[in-house]
Amino acid sequence: MQMVNITIDNCKVQVPANYTVLEAARQANIDIPTLCFLKDINEVGACRMCVVEIKGARSLQAACVYPVAEGLEIYTQTPAVREARKVTLELILSNHEKKCLTCVRSENCELQKLAKDLNIKDIRFEGEMSDLPVDDFSPSIVRDPNKCVLCRRCVSMCKSIQSVGAIDVTERGFRTTVSTAFNKPLNEVPCVNCGQCINVCPVGALREKEDIDKVWDALANPELHVLVQTAPAVRVALGEEFGMPIGSRVTGKMVSALSRLGFDKVFDTDTAADLTIMEEGTELINRIKNGGKLPLITSCSPGWIKFCEHNYPEFLDNLSSCKSPHEMFGAVLKSYYAQKNGIDPSKVFVVSIMPCTAKKFEAQRPELSSTGYADVDVVLTTRELARMIKEAGIDFNALPEKQFDDPMGEASGAGVIFGATGGVMEAAIRTVSEVLSGKSADNIEYNDVRGLEGIKEATIEVGGLTLKAAVAHGLGNAKKLLDKIKAGDADYHFIEIMACPGGCVNGGGQPIQPSQIRSWTDLRSERAKAIYEEDKAMPIRKSHENPKIKMLYDEYFGEPGGHKAHELLHTHYTKRENYPEE
Amino acid sequence: MSANNCCCCGGVDSRDQKLQEIIEKYKNTEGALVPVLHEAQEVYGYLPLEVQKKIAEGLNVPLAEVYGVVTFYTQFSLNPKGKYKIQVCMGTACYVKGSGAILEKFKEKLGLDVGGCTSDGKFSLEACRCIGACGLAPVITINDDVYGRLVPDDIEGILEKYKE
Repeated sequence: MQMVNITIDNCKVQVPANYTVLEAARQANIDIPTLCFLKDINEVGACRMCVVEIKGARSLQAACVYPVAEGLEIYTQTPAVREARKVTLELILSNHEKKCLTCVRSENCELQKLAKDLNIKDIRFEGEMSDLPVDDFSPSIVRDPNKCVLCRRCVSMCKSIQSVGAIDVTERGFRTTVSTAFNKPLNEVPCVNCGQCINVCPVGALREKEDIDKVWDALANPELHVLVQTAPAVRVALGEEFGMPIGSRVTGKMVSALSRLGFDKVFDTDTAADLTIMEEGTELINRIKNGGKLPLITSCSPGWIKFCEHNYPEFLDNLSSCKSPHEMFGAVLKSYYAQKNGIDPSKVFVVSIMPCTAKKFEAQRPELSSTGYADVDVVLTTRELARMIKEAGIDFNALPEKQFDDPMGEASGAGVIFGATGGVMEAAIRTVSEVLSGKSADNIEYNDVRGLEGIKEATIEVGGLTLKAAVAHGLGNAKKLLDKIKAGDADYHFIEIMACPGGCVNGGGQPIQPSQIRSWTDLRSERAKAIYEEDKAMPIRKSHENPKIKMLYDEYFGEPGGHKAHELLHTHYTKRENYPEE
Repeated sequence: MSANNCCCCGGVDSRDQKLQEIIEKYKNTEGALVPVLHEAQEVYGYLPLEVQKKIAEGLNVPLAEVYGVVTFYTQFSLNPKGKYKIQVCMGTACYVKGSGAILEKFKEKLGLDVGGCTSDGKFSLEACRCIGACGLAPVITINDDVYGRLVPDDIEGILEKYKE
């Protein structure tokens, strides 16, 4: 790496030649405030919060986009810089809806933090205020344009990273708004509900549709048997909401907290992930052996499913017919579990704690109600669970560790790794290879499908069969992969697609880390590390060896892919218009 | 919203065919969105949802982006335009020289809001950005005619010329 010598605030530092001034300052432990900047996602120098003086430059320059060069002299704390930043911030605040006390992002708001850090005591400008309608028509995402600071991070995420393009910057001048085409509500545009826009929003302009009250009501209703299940990615991120380091595993405390909140049983969605592997593995083997439609593409990610329904309807027959794990679990709880415990299924209320906003939309799909009742009644995000725990006055950090409840709380490591990109693929290979070869494999860790490469490929020899597999995470990568298959340039048997970059650990319902952290720490790999640690610590690491899965098939479903399984565990998909005619 | 009520240019089919030709022409050109929108507006007179949808699909650009560009430039219109398009310049020089009062006068005389079109399809009214004739401020255009150094009392006489 070529290095250059520069001076920042009279400190001499040597930094890589491809650094920006912002990166160089960071290396020198000098904090430059930012607002629109988010590394690799939004580097546009638009908000002017990061201005610095550069010797010889005509005016103040935006540090986030200014490249370093040999001999550059930078001053980050001159009176002119301080004044410019303050005035800029005051102007941004002048038409910001300052309802901080009741804002969902209070204490986790980048704008609020800037106002504090820059010691803003008074906003001198009384600007005209926007009074735009709040869009809460989507079951997953709420948009409040009156809180928007027009940083464009959400637009960049939606359009460039996810290749969805449901929102963009519209109008100009004071009327500039981040909005949809023709200002349609989010449920009438091709938004896939992934919620990545929420995770990058510095303020409270984007948030999940909160469903906490429905859960409080259910918990208070003595007639209901209220069950909760938690997805694998929740346990490696929930701790962040309580001040723990990124990548902390809080499985035991999370189960304790849910018990204290009053759920009748706390189950593990990983158990259903194991069930998914049994069904999807069987589907894969059948399709390969019987000349079925290939490649088979995973169906766990509801953001991906809606993206496919909108943009790639020609691949709908490639999608696995398996419901996503938590939906399978809901169906099992309202059939097998209810029957076994003598509970009327209409009195079983299933809550899913998910790292995901798209699951809220998924839970409302009419086809996901095989028992006659919605498989899942309410989906809460990791963030909403944290809010409930706080509201209930539970001291999370002091909670004892607790195990998931029987009989549906036992899972394998294969179920856990569903939370990271490549995990479903790896879990499936662990099972399919043993089913096909009839032998127990020694090495069950498949590194080719792990990690953060956008599209990962692997060729695996299993029982005399060469299985060609690919894994894509983030919808932009999914699009690239599908276009390659469409063009006839790839012949895979099995593909895993997750809508969110990094998979569920970085889902749209996960704790929000500000740009100051997110830009320099890869949340995806830190949380994924915890997922793989959790897998390693599990006594059982293959789905087909989970005794509870064996019990389920023995007592209820018969065999994977059987009649009853099809009735309760599988679904179908529908082509969707991007902008339906009115 | 429908594209079928425009009176200014030929039948629906021929317009749609023209649009397809425009899209084909620019399909593989980078940055083609603005020229395509220009030519499409020449064909339809304005850019309703259906037209923007076809452009978005044809150029493989999200509809939200197309809409963003259309709403950014005052030259593009979401609504049908009148036979005579009145544009009142609201650039800095014109604004300082009183174009706000000129615009108000047009609104009053035509019974229109900015962006509207009279029910007989004759006049549409818009406020636009600087048209580069600051020496004539405040300035307006009606189709290709330019009127400068105006005061509100001039408006009635100007409108008379177009009423025939």
